[in-house]
Amino acid sequence: MADVLHEEDKLHGLEGMDKQKLKDYWAYSVKLTIYTLIVWAVVTYGCAAIAGSLNSIVIFGFPLGYYMGAQGSLIIYVWLIFNYAFKMNKADKDYGVEEEE
Amino acid sequence: MASVGGKSFLDNLGKIYAIYTGVFILFVIALGIGESMGMSNAAIGYTYMGITIGLYAVIGISSRTAKASEYYVAGRSVPAFFNGMATGSDWMSAASFIGMAGTIFGLGYDGLAYIMGWTGGYVLLAVFLGPYLRKFGQFTIPDFLGARFGGHAARTIGIIAAITASFTYLIAQVTGVGIIMSRFLGLDFTIGVFVGLGGILVCSLLGGMKAVTWTQVAQYIILIIAYLIPPTVMSYKMTGVPVSEIMYGQILQKIDAKEKVINADAKETEVRELWKQEAAKLDADIKGLPGSLDAKKADLQAKIAAITPESPAGEKEKLEKALKALPPDAEVAKEKWDAAKKAAAAKSKPIKPYIEPFARLDMKNMLALTFCLMVGTAGLPHILMRYYTVPSVKDARISCGWSLFFIFLLYFTAPAYAAFARDTVLSNIVGLPIASLPAWMANWAKVGLVSFKDINADGILQFYELTIGADAIVLAMPEMAGLPYVISGLVAAGGLAAALSTADGLLLTISNALSHDLYYKMINPQASILKRLTVSRILLVLTALFSAWVATFKLTIIVELVAWAFSIAAASFFPALVMGIWDKRSNKAGALAGMWIGFTTCLVYMIGSRFYGLDIWGIRTISSGLFGIPLGFIACYAVSRMTAPPSQELQDFVESVRIPRGAAKASTHDD
Repeated sequence: MADVLHEEDKLHGLEGMDKQKLKDYWAYSVKLTIYTLIVWAVVTYGCAAIAGSLNSIVIFGFPLGYYMGAQGSLIIYVWLIFNYAFKMNKADKDYGVEEEE
Repeated sequence: MASVGGKSFLDNLGKIYAIYTGVFILFVIALGIGESMGMSNAAIGYTYMGITIGLYAVIGISSRTAKASEYYVAGRSVPAFFNGMATGSDWMSAASFIGMAGTIFGLGYDGLAYIMGWTGGYVLLAVFLGPYLRKFGQFTIPDFLGARFGGHAARTIGIIAAITASFTYLIAQVTGVGIIMSRFLGLDFTIGVFVGLGGILVCSLLGGMKAVTWTQVAQYIILIIAYLIPPTVMSYKMTGVPVSEIMYGQILQKIDAKEKVINADAKETEVRELWKQEAAKLDADIKGLPGSLDAKKADLQAKIAAITPESPAGEKEKLEKALKALPPDAEVAKEKWDAAKKAAAAKSKPIKPYIEPFARLDMKNMLALTFCLMVGTAGLPHILMRYYTVPSVKDARISCGWSLFFIFLLYFTAPAYAAFARDTVLSNIVGLPIASLPAWMANWAKVGLVSFKDINADGILQFYELTIGADAIVLAMPEMAGLPYVISGLVAAGGLAAALSTADGLLLTISNALSHDLYYKMINPQASILKRLTVSRILLVLTALFSAWVATFKLTIIVELVAWAFSIAAASFFPALVMGIWDKRSNKAGALAGMWIGFTTCLVYMIGSRFYGLDIWGIRTISSGLFGIPLGFIACYAVSRMTAPPSQELQDFVESVRIPRGAAKASTHDD
């Protein structure tokens, strides 16, 4: 029977947790994930799709369409991940699922 | 110094690596002084290689360990910031360091697919996988598949996919090491490969993940210094401000203007016309196959037979060489001439603007490539594995951010590199008399990275008479900027660090998949820690030797294979891992179907489009994962719904993966 968990793969953390809180926490992470992915998709594919017209805007020598592909999107990616990390780390505490110190 | 990885080491990481950075910079300055006092280029090259590899060896040896948790996951005690650095050098390979700026140089806007693809993937990794894998907290990625989807079947596919993706990637790194060694030290390629191999093994053999981690941090520091110096100096020289990342905006404008001038130039038009004729000639040859090949052969043989003692010296050798260079049969001839025809045809048209989107790749292919590279990034086991090494789930999240930040420093600069190089070529090189080209061009022409041919015989270099290999941009930048050789050597050391650090991570992934997943988990679960580590080390050496042996064949398909590795990782790993965490209802049957269908769809399209003319929507081979990724998800979802749900125990397992509470702690003592 393959549908059992091997002893050393067993995980902890659920013991004594409030079911509703777990649900709310997961709903929050799903929401934050979706927001993050929407921004990610718009910055990557949205900007690339209209890069030609964005190029008519020139800032500091940079055509905007080119800039978004070369650097702008990267800055936003870095921000997205840190934003996600800080919000999730805070949510851990708010929902009482943080790691024990 | 305290033992690497020990408590006092971990408490003083910042200080230790700050001192290390300072000493390294002093070392570069000292070499610079040496150069001004007459130190030879070869001596500088050997000093760089000797010192840096020696450094890695010291770290590697002093990180030796006999503990499984240290060998496999560095004791889970790597702080988020330093894991970010290690991931940065684990991730950035010889291709990122040496090749990427050159790709943008050649492809313009469309080359940015690599920039976005290889960074945007970290967003996927950060939200879909990294933190959850840390909560799961075992040793390898197949471990997760094995636990979540029960039994050996999922683990086995995991092992196969991990090894396929990592091994092709590894060969490319070892080849890169050989190329750098042979170019900068003048060593024979094969010897270069094996010397580099020693450098790789000495890092990982004794200390496993722990040693690899602390070496990778050291390698990151060297590679980022090496990468940033040349464009910074270039920017200062050309614009007066030493911040290439901001100043290349003006350069883009200059490039755009210069391209228009070149397109309007009469001599340039003449060259384009000649390429057009060349393409037509090749076309006729291809249509005339196999007769045209026989005719060429017969013609050369007749000329060789007609050679008399009065013929110019070297004439015979030249003709014999030309005869030997002819394709052996019509099929090879067709492929070769087709490629030549395409290249010639490309040179027969005016330059398309550098900043114009989709001028060289069409929009759907550019976006498909970006997508495959992103998903592949999030599915490569040697990267995912790094998130097992941080102390907590919280740290895993932050560490994803630091990883991308450290990668960002290089990728953010690559487009600047490309722009400065393109401007140099357009403004300062094109239009020069062939006789007075700068010395660096001749140097790189010797190793085949730069070539030029005065096809209209006017003694002046036109744009389309020049071919610059992608690798030449980063390697030749110090010379373009007029920097001393000590900086060229530094760039080589940086490229070596990039190749070695990636090779270390890959090698460890492969040997762990074999020793931990195959041997310990499936063949001999009773094996003692000592035995497991011994098996792992033996496999490490064997894998390294095997990869070096394969690399010595210098297969031309390697570069393509690396791109394939991304699509394979994307189509086979990513759907099953994501569904395993995000869809409680996914079960073993679904995961197996998903991995298998993703993997085979991807493989069929790759081989079909590369060799048999398979074509769906005009998607190129390099983006084969585009079909496998969604099909993998759909198959996993559908088959799971058609079969029984996973047991309550497994569903609870998924729930607990989703929350940080209860994660295994960092272990400073043994397990």
